[in-house]
Amino acid sequence: MVERRPITTFITHAVLLLGVLILAFPIWVTFVASTHAPSALASGVVPLWPGDLFLENYSLALGKGLAASGGVPVGRMLFNSLIMALAIAIGKIAISLIAAYAIVYFRFPFRMLCFWTIFVTLMLPVEVRILPTFEVVAQLGMLNSYVGLSVPLIASATATFLFRQFFLTVPDELAEAARIDGAGPLRFFRDILLPLSRTNIAALFVILFIYGWNQYLWPLLITTDESFYTIVMGIQRMVTVADAEPQWHLVMATAMLAMLPPVVVVVAMQRLFVKGLVETEK
Amino acid sequence: MAEIALAGVKKRYGETQVVHGIDVEIADGEFVVIVGPSGCGKSTLLRMVAGLEEISEGSISIAGRVVNDLEPKERDIAMVFQNYALYPHMSVFDNMAYGLKIAGTPKAEIEERVGRAARMLELEALLTRKPRQLSGGQRQRVAMGRAIVRDPAAFLFDEPLSNLDAKLRVQMRLEIKQLQKDLGTTSLYVTHDQVEAMTLADRLIVMNAGVAEQIASPMQVYEHPESVFVAGFIGSPAMNFLPGRVAQDGGSLEIRGGTARRAEALAISGQAGRELLIGVRPEHLQPVPETEADLFLDLRLVETLGADTLAHGSLPDTKSTDGATKDIFTVRLPGSVQVSAGERLALRVAPGALHLFDPDSGHRIADL
Repeated sequence: MVERRPITTFITHAVLLLGVLILAFPIWVTFVASTHAPSALASGVVPLWPGDLFLENYSLALGKGLAASGGVPVGRMLFNSLIMALAIAIGKIAISLIAAYAIVYFRFPFRMLCFWTIFVTLMLPVEVRILPTFEVVAQLGMLNSYVGLSVPLIASATATFLFRQFFLTVPDELAEAARIDGAGPLRFFRDILLPLSRTNIAALFVILFIYGWNQYLWPLLITTDESFYTIVMGIQRMVTVADAEPQWHLVMATAMLAMLPPVVVVVAMQRLFVKGLVETEK
Repeated sequence: MAEIALAGVKKRYGETQVVHGIDVEIADGEFVVIVGPSGCGKSTLLRMVAGLEEISEGSISIAGRVVNDLEPKERDIAMVFQNYALYPHMSVFDNMAYGLKIAGTPKAEIEERVGRAARMLELEALLTRKPRQLSGGQRQRVAMGRAIVRDPAAFLFDEPLSNLDAKLRVQMRLEIKQLQKDLGTTSLYVTHDQVEAMTLADRLIVMNAGVAEQIASPMQVYEHPESVFVAGFIGSPAMNFLPGRVAQDGGSLEIRGGTARRAEALAISGQAGRELLIGVRPEHLQPVPETEADLFLDLRLVETLGADTLAHGSLPDTKSTDGATKDIFTVRLPGSVQVSAGERLALRVAPGALHLFDPDSGHRIADL
């Protein structure tokens, strides 16, 4: 905006503050609720200031979990989620990098067909193919395992497409210069293309890590063994207990904990992330 | 260091043929420039020598070895690209060392060779920088350095100066020339800029539409162009062309419309009435008193460049007769000569400066 008048400044700030409040309020309530005794929440009036049971509630959630929903400690679920999210993010990036490299830099029969096949799968969300996928995973005996949690989600049309677009912007002369310098295809990939894709990889890692972390339906389907529960589905299990009051204070503590790792990843990689989205280093 | 020989080299993309059989032998240490308008196949030819394009027909040999089926790295060549093609994430040192590193050269030797090239190109202070921290001229030098450190049999340049500003281009042109002289490495250089071509080359290959129109030294090309295309392409401002014919007496030349007449012994005497295309360079016309004039020029536009003045106009009788003769006729005069638009200028052609071409085939008949 070119105009600078006090009233417009006031209005824009007011709108921004309102937005922040709307977004932050549920999180604040979650945090406050996680620091009170269960009775404070069951009464119907939600307190707005933190209580004094922060340490007790969180250590209970992390260490023991809820007895009523299988008693899986949140620590264990966090670990499972971390493994799954990392495997999905790293696996997706590795596979799509290689796939995009093949599509952009090599001439082989049905190259465009391959590309379009990958591209078309962009249109199919996980949920559409979830039953056949479940069947395959079950037949392969991968239920209740980290492999089963991550491998079926690893193929990524989106990431392949993004890397393809990035590779297309890399000048052809770079590949030619490398050829004249004597670099073979693998060498070129490792020495030139990978370092150039660094910021893109970082940006995708953030997105894919959060994607993996937030997986809900798939882990819900294929894990029956409590030791493989992930945290996002775990929260849901805590709420739908059969014959007892939901332990809201612990549910809220778990929710807070579930939110933390994605936040940490975003904050830690923010600089690279933004760089990867806005500029291409060439 | 080595000679390069091209024999009947052709390039086809499917049905379309873009290079129609080039034969040339480049001697050891020679600097050959391929010049031509865009799309004439000059870059394709260079890329075939480099091994970046397949050769459809014919053979290319470097240092007596046919390289048709060799990978670029096995051809012992180095190439400088138009956009430099520096690896953006590597320092200047790494950029220059990359080829050697891949070849498995010992570290000490890499450092020594890169150091030597950097000294030669005055890049020593910049070795730790990344390409994006360099100016255009410095990037160009790094690209040159990358070629030099490998000590190849031949340098291939693909329009290396076209991304630089005019002043830098002149400077780098001199540097390239000096460097090539010092190293004595056989070089093949592609450009569309005829000034670059004239100044750098030991020998020129003037290409048009996939054909080498003339292969000769720059002065040879300038003084005795083999075809209308070469005559018009080399030289700036371009050569003027006029239709004309051999007069009925067989001993003089008639420019159509009868503006100018010139009695001279013609190499083509006896061909009275033959139609010709007459070329004369702007710098080969001098203003003279009316009685001595070969032709007259009605000036329409005058450009003063300082040292020279370019006067553009048309010949009086050719103004509205037919389409082909309405072209602008240009004269280059010394800057000291004062002329202005609207004047009629009497001009005399310098002796031996008329180029006669066959109007149908475009081939040279004689110089006069």
